Amino acid sequence: MTPGTAVWFARHESRLAWRDWLSMITAGRRERLRRVVIAILVFAIFMHFVAYWMVGRYADAPVDKSILVTITASFLLSWLLMISQAMESMTRAFYARSDLDLILASPVAAQRLFAVRIATVGVSVAMMAIPLAAPFIDILIVRGGLRWMGAYGLIVAMGAAAAALAVGFTVALFRIIGPKRTRLVAQVVAAVIGAAFVIGLQVAAILSYGTISRASVLQSSAVLTHAPGLASIVWWPARAAMGDWLALIGVLAVSFALLVAAIALVSPRFGEYATAAVGAAASSVSQSRRHSAFKKTSPRRALRRKEWMLLRRDPWLVSQTFMQMLYLIPPAVLLWRSFDDGNGAYNLLVPVLVMAAGQLAGGLAWLAISGEDAPDLVATAPVPASFILRAKVEAVLGVIAVVFAPMVAVLAMLSPWHALVASGGIVIATTAATAIQLWFRSQAKRSQFRRRQVSSRVATFTEAFSSIGWAATAAVASVSLLLAIAPALIALLVVAGAWIMSPRTAAA
Amino acid sequence: MKHIMPLNPFALEINGLVKRFDRPAVDGLDLTVRTGEFYALLGPNGAGKTTTLRMIAGLLRPDAGTIKVAGIDALADPVKAKQITAWISDEPMIYDKLTPREYLEFVAGLWGIAPALAEERAQDLLAWLDLAPHAHERCEGFSKGMRQKVALAGALVHEPRVIILDEPLTGLDAGSARQVKSVLRERVNAGGTIIMTTHILEVAERMADRIGVIAHGKLIAEGTLEELRLQAGRTNGGANDGASLEDTFLALVAEQAQAA
Repeated sequence: MTPGTAVWFARHESRLAWRDWLSMITAGRRERLRRVVIAILVFAIFMHFVAYWMVGRYADAPVDKSILVTITASFLLSWLLMISQAMESMTRAFYARSDLDLILASPVAAQRLFAVRIATVGVSVAMMAIPLAAPFIDILIVRGGLRWMGAYGLIVAMGAAAAALAVGFTVALFRIIGPKRTRLVAQVVAAVIGAAFVIGLQVAAILSYGTISRASVLQSSAVLTHAPGLASIVWWPARAAMGDWLALIGVLAVSFALLVAAIALVSPRFGEYATAAVGAAASSVSQSRRHSAFKKTSPRRALRRKEWMLLRRDPWLVSQTFMQMLYLIPPAVLLWRSFDDGNGAYNLLVPVLVMAAGQLAGGLAWLAISGEDAPDLVATAPVPASFILRAKVEAVLGVIAVVFAPMVAVLAMLSPWHALVASGGIVIATTAATAIQLWFRSQAKRSQFRRRQVSSRVATFTEAFSSIGWAATAAVASVSLLLAIAPALIALLVVAGAWIMSPRTAAA
Repeated sequence: MKHIMPLNPFALEINGLVKRFDRPAVDGLDLTVRTGEFYALLGPNGAGKTTTLRMIAGLLRPDAGTIKVAGIDALADPVKAKQITAWISDEPMIYDKLTPREYLEFVAGLWGIAPALAEERAQDLLAWLDLAPHAHERCEGFSKGMRQKVALAGALVHEPRVIILDEPLTGLDAGSARQVKSVLRERVNAGGTIIMTTHILEVAERMADRIGVIAHGKLIAEGTLEELRLQAGRTNGGANDGASLEDTFLALVAEQAQAA
């Protein structure tokens, strides 16, 4: 293979991507690969059952407005998430220094590599979406015939279009707001895009029907009446998924044309943008506005203040950590709408609050406990290790209290019982998530926040299942305390399982 | 700089220190450093220098042996030992989102220093290390040299009796390196004790009162430069008279490798 050609670069990039992926799924331990493969297979089989239950009945559905709306909305949701992922990757490509110096200092035409990198974003986004969509598509193929193979083609087209849009958006931001602010804005927009569709539908559903179900909006007569006619170009992606080969070719052609145009326009200047991005990061000087005298403090208070100050001053971390709070918008709307009603909507609200608290606490606890940027400094301070941990846990609980207290206070005015259950659930879910992060702590930089799940899959899953368990417990407790014992026991088992599997217990 | 009153003739006493990872990293190390001494610990890569220093600083628990810092048993009472110790590594670990002044306030809080005293010391240190103009800038844009100086200021703000440094001059430009060396020398003149590892043998040669050479987790030679030359010369048929520390060090390590 001739060095310096696009194919040569593609081989180089694919080798790096493969090794990165392998390292990610095995957490850097190759001997785990067999277990990971078995786990993936088991999960895939399970997902096929879930898919059968969810979409099996649609396999022979006729091409009408109702099915076109549903498929279009489902793919639009996936596509928004793919765009979000592509923007994340594109921002990383611009801002990660990695091999940039080597490439730009070498005598090869760097634009070939950058062209490959932009294309790689499209490929990787599609490759990430395919395993998630595959169970659903497979079930549709088995029950409805090969025409559903078009759905795979549609995902490839969506990946290409997502990469093209992500490149266009990132470069536009570069030009409009400059490289210094682009990273944060692009990442926040990426996260908001990822959440916007779900939240929008939920808010619409709540306002229209007083429920959080998405389907109620999509199948409503209002949407079906205002939807374009069956021949409209809007339905091409849905038709492509259902086996209309002409529509599929059209969608693929448009998507790849967009990607090729993006590559042709951006790759010659990619190096320039990337250099500007690195330069912007290096030259940034932020002044602190507070010039007050040193305050009287204790080591514990100093640690808590430090945690809060670091979080407050890092807009990227704030956006990543509090992104889950976006999902509180629908219940907040529900709360606002139910203010005068006094109906049973609170039963729905309580578990959402508990779940969100657990998830937020998990992220914050990781930042405070594992994401310590000066671990040696803190470890050499003349205070016991347990003291340091306690201060960090207090920092997490403080943020949770500030975020959730207002919502619980409003709820208390409407239904004191539900507020009491929500408070208890929030405290327990927060404690459980923090404890799990404590048991699975491993030193990392705060900037690695997005990759925290990689360090321990067990911690990630048990943290999620614990939050779900406590949310379910709170939901049932809202109605009957006695019945809540069963989900509470399950949640406790999850937490106990995490403790048993944690590295410290295992090593003991 | 305020003079430090010596409370113990020895700043550090290590006996039979052992730490094993896959293989022994530190293997029965005995080491004594006198109060007010500048002690340089040299050794080839993987000799066990950093592991030793991390155990002294309380960052790593030894498998066997004892460590006394200024007479305090650092394994039995680590909090008391840490109160009078400071640790600086080759990679300055500071908080990007804090300013140098805020960083020093945080460190002073951790060490329980009275705010007025901490502020006075912080101002002196920032001025001394030429960081005063950047005192209110966040550290995220700082060069390696500036970051290392912030870390050094953090180490000094609580007036430690013993400062442990692991390759503190790595990656620093000549100006920053000179400033750091000057601060360390001042500290020793004021009665403090410095224990430092370095690969820059010229620094050890010019600054250290005594030098220890470690290989395979054991102390293979120790003394002033002259004493080390003598030790190396004995193994080299007296050929080391007037040799540089580099020649002496290489001769000692080569002898150890042959013996092993």
